[in-house]
Amino acid sequence: MPRDTIDGRQMLGARIILKALEEQGVEVVFGYPGGAVLPIYDEIFKQNRIRHILVRHEQGAVHAAEGYARSTGKVGVVLVTSGPGATNAVTGLTDALMDSIPVVCLTGQVPTHLIGNDAFQEADTIGITRPCTKHNYLVKDPNDLAKTVHEAFYVARSGRPGPVVVDLPKDVMMAKGAYVTAPRGIKRQQHKTYRPAHTPDPASIEAVVDLMVNAERPLFYTGGGVINAGPGASKTLTALVKETGFPITSTLMGLGAYPASGPNWLGMVGMHGTYEANLAMHDCDVMINIGARFDDRVTGNLNFFSPNSKKIHIDIDQSSINKNVIVDIPVVGDAGVALSAITKAWKARKTRPKPKAMKAWWADIKKWMAKDCLDYTQAGSVIKPQYAIQRLFELTKNRETYISTEVGQHQMWAAQFCRFDKPNRWLTSGGLGTMGYGLPAAIGAQLGNPKGLCVDIAGEASILMNIQELSTAVQYRLPVKVFIINNQYMGMVRQWQELLHGGRYSESYTDSLPDFVKLAEAYGLAGLRVEDPAKVDDTIKEMMAIDGPVIVDVRVDQKENCYPMIPSGAAHNHMILGPEDEDEKAITGDGLALV
Amino acid sequence: MSSNLYEGSVPTSVLKDTLVYRHTIAVLVDNEAGVLARVIGLFSGRGYNIESLTVSVVDDDAQLSRINLVTSGTRQIVEQIKAQLGRLVPVHTVKDLTDEGPSVGRDLALVKVDGVGEERVEALRIGDIFRCNVVDSTNGSFVFEVVGTSEKVDAFIDLMKPLGLVEVSRTGVAAIARGAGGMVDEVLLKPSPKPKASTRPKKKSTSKRKTAAKKIAKKSSPKRKTAAKKARTSSKKKR
Repeated sequence: MPRDTIDGRQMLGARIILKALEEQGVEVVFGYPGGAVLPIYDEIFKQNRIRHILVRHEQGAVHAAEGYARSTGKVGVVLVTSGPGATNAVTGLTDALMDSIPVVCLTGQVPTHLIGNDAFQEADTIGITRPCTKHNYLVKDPNDLAKTVHEAFYVARSGRPGPVVVDLPKDVMMAKGAYVTAPRGIKRQQHKTYRPAHTPDPASIEAVVDLMVNAERPLFYTGGGVINAGPGASKTLTALVKETGFPITSTLMGLGAYPASGPNWLGMVGMHGTYEANLAMHDCDVMINIGARFDDRVTGNLNFFSPNSKKIHIDIDQSSINKNVIVDIPVVGDAGVALSAITKAWKARKTRPKPKAMKAWWADIKKWMAKDCLDYTQAGSVIKPQYAIQRLFELTKNRETYISTEVGQHQMWAAQFCRFDKPNRWLTSGGLGTMGYGLPAAIGAQLGNPKGLCVDIAGEASILMNIQELSTAVQYRLPVKVFIINNQYMGMVRQWQELLHGGRYSESYTDSLPDFVKLAEAYGLAGLRVEDPAKVDDTIKEMMAIDGPVIVDVRVDQKENCYPMIPSGAAHNHMILGPEDEDEKAITGDGLALV
Repeated sequence: MSSNLYEGSVPTSVLKDTLVYRHTIAVLVDNEAGVLARVIGLFSGRGYNIESLTVSVVDDDAQLSRINLVTSGTRQIVEQIKAQLGRLVPVHTVKDLTDEGPSVGRDLALVKVDGVGEERVEALRIGDIFRCNVVDSTNGSFVFEVVGTSEKVDAFIDLMKPLGLVEVSRTGVAAIARGAGGMVDEVLLKPSPKPKASTRPKKKSTSKRKTAAKKIAKKSSPKRKTAAKKARTSSKKKR
C-alpha cells in the first residue's frame, strides 16, 4: 500500500501494528497466541503478507527470531501474549541482549485500566524486561502505536543491536488511531536522544595505523561486532588481513568473519580456543580488537592477560571500551567503517612492519601450530564426539550450511572443528550460554534461508530444553537436522566436576533419556541412530538426503573432555592440552570461585 | 547520547588509578515514565554506588528532566558509569560536573531538633551561625532548614546530634556547572547529523510478482532511463 495514502489514516490499533511491521520489511513473525494478543492475531489472519510461525514455547519464539536475525542480518520479530507469555520470553531476550542480536518483541498486556490490579495474566512486563532489553515501551495511546513500532525497529538495529520490547495493552489494540509512516532519509537519524556513533575519529584511526606499521608481533582479534556490521565488514576485514599479512583470531561469536580456510587464520581464541591463538594473544605486541568485548572466556585471568602488548579497541559501544581491559587506543565506531578507514590509512603509509620481525613472529606461530592442539584419536568402536562433528562439517561444507548449537562441550567442539568461511552461518548462544537455543535458532535460520541446510549440533541434555519445537519444524516442513552428540552426561558440567570437584558427578548424568529415534517418529519426523564410527559418514549422508526434518542420535564416548582448556584463574600460556596436563595444572585459589 | 567523535577519552594512566573518587554527574533525560527506574536499575544491576540522587523536570515544553547523581568509584568505574548512562535510549547527555570544570552544588536538609533550656538556645545559636532558617518551632523543638555544600550540611547535623537531633530529611545534591551556557540549550540546539549510509539491510525482493514485474519492465525499456531516474542515481552517487 503506497505510503502516502496510508499516512494519517484511521485504523484499528492491531492493524496499525501490522502495517508498521510491513513497512519495516518484516516477512516472518514468531509467536504464540493468548488472550491479550487476540486482536493482533485476528489481523494476522486477515492478511497474508507477513507469515506467522507458531512455536510451541515463547522462549523458542525468541530464539527462532535470533537465529533468523543472525543468519539474515534482518531484525527478528516475536509476538507473545501477556503474563506468562512475556515472562517465558525473558530468557530469549536476555540472550539477545548478551549477544547483541536485533529482535523486536511485541508483548500483549491487559487493558490499561487493569494494569497494576493483579489482573488475569498480567505481569509487569516493562519492569521485568527493563534490565534484559536494550529498551522497552508501553504504548497507552493508539496514536502512538505506529511511531513506537518504527522507533523500536530503529533502536533494535542501530548502534549495538539488541532486543526491544513493545508492550501493547489490549484496549489500545482494539481502539482506533492514526497510522504514521516511518521517518525516512535524514529524519531517520534524528531520533532526539539515541544517535549511536558510526564514524570513528580520524585521529584515532591514524593512531591505530601508527601502531600497526611499527608492529613486530601484531594480531587481529575480531568478534561479533564484525558480523553485526554486515557482510561488507567481513569482506573489508579479509582484504585488510591479506594486505597487512597479520595473523588473525576470533571469538566464538565472530567465527566466519575471516574465512577459516584463509592463510592467516589461527583458530578461535579463549577458554577452549587453539593453542596458537591463545599464545599469540599472550605474546603479541600490538593487539587490534575489532568488535569484541574482552569477555572473561577470552581473557582468562586479567592480571596476566597479554601483558606486553599495546591494545587497540574498536567498538560501536563506548561502554564496552575500558570496561574489563584498559586499552591504549580506543576507537568508537562501526566495525565496517573503521576497517575501511584503517585500510585506506594503511595504504597511504609508506612504512611497513620490518619483514624480519614478521617472519620471526610467523615462525613462532607455526611452531605453536605444530602442536596440533585439536588432535584426537578416533580408534576403536566408540565414536569420538570430535570425529562426529568433524565428519559432519566435511560432508556439509560444500552446501549453504548454517550451523546452530546448544551449549556445552559439543558447542566448543563445533566451534573448533566447523571451519566457517562466511559470516552469518554460525548461530550460537555465546554471552548467556542458553541451553535450548540451537533447535529454535535452526528453525529461524531455515525460515530466513529456505534453501539452506540448517543443522543444530546438540547435546542430549540441551536438546530436551526446547524439544517441543520439533512440532514447529514439522508443521512448516522445515528440513532442519538435529545432530545430537549423545554422551549421556551434561558434558561441560561433568568436565568441570572432574577437574575441580574431585570427580563428584553431582546431577550431571542425564538419566531417563528418551529414545530419540522413537521420539522423532512420535513427532512425525525421521529418526536415525549411529553408534559405529564406520557408519558415521553414511548416517550423515542419509540425514542430508532426507527431504524433511531429521534427528540423528550419535552415541559418543562418555568421558571425552574438551581441550585445549585454559582453566579458570589461569593465564593464556598455561593451557591444559590433554589428559596428561590435568594434574599439573589443577585449578586452585581464586580460580575455584570462577565460573 | 550522540557522538561521532570519541571526545573526552581518558588517558590509560588515569584509568589505572586505583583510588576511589566521588563524582557528581548531571544527566539530562526525556521526561518519560520509567526513566528514573532505568537509571536506578542500571546502578543496582551493575553494583555501582549511588550516594545521592535528585530528579525533577527542568523544561516542560521539551519534556526534559535532570537527574543529579553523586557516585563514587575508581576512575575506570566512573568512566564506565558515564558510558553506561550515555547509552540508555532516553538519555540526552551525561555531564561529569567534577571533571568538566568548576561547578557548584547544594544540598538542603530539614533538621528537627528537640530540646529545652540551654540546649535549645545553643541549637538556635548554631543555626544562626550556619545561616539556617527556622521553619517550624514549638516550645520543645525546632525544625531548621540548612542549605549548603554537603560538607556544611553534614557538619550542622553533627553539631545537632548532642543537642537533641531527632530527624533529618535531606534532598541530596543539586549541582550545576559554573560559567555561561546550559545543558538544556546544548541539547536543544544540537546540529542535525549529516546523512549517512542506511543502517537498514537491503531488502531482497522475494515476491515472485515483483521479480516478474521487473523482468517485464526490463524487456520493454531496455536502455532508456528517464531524466528523473538519472538525476536520482547521480545524486545517490554524490552522497
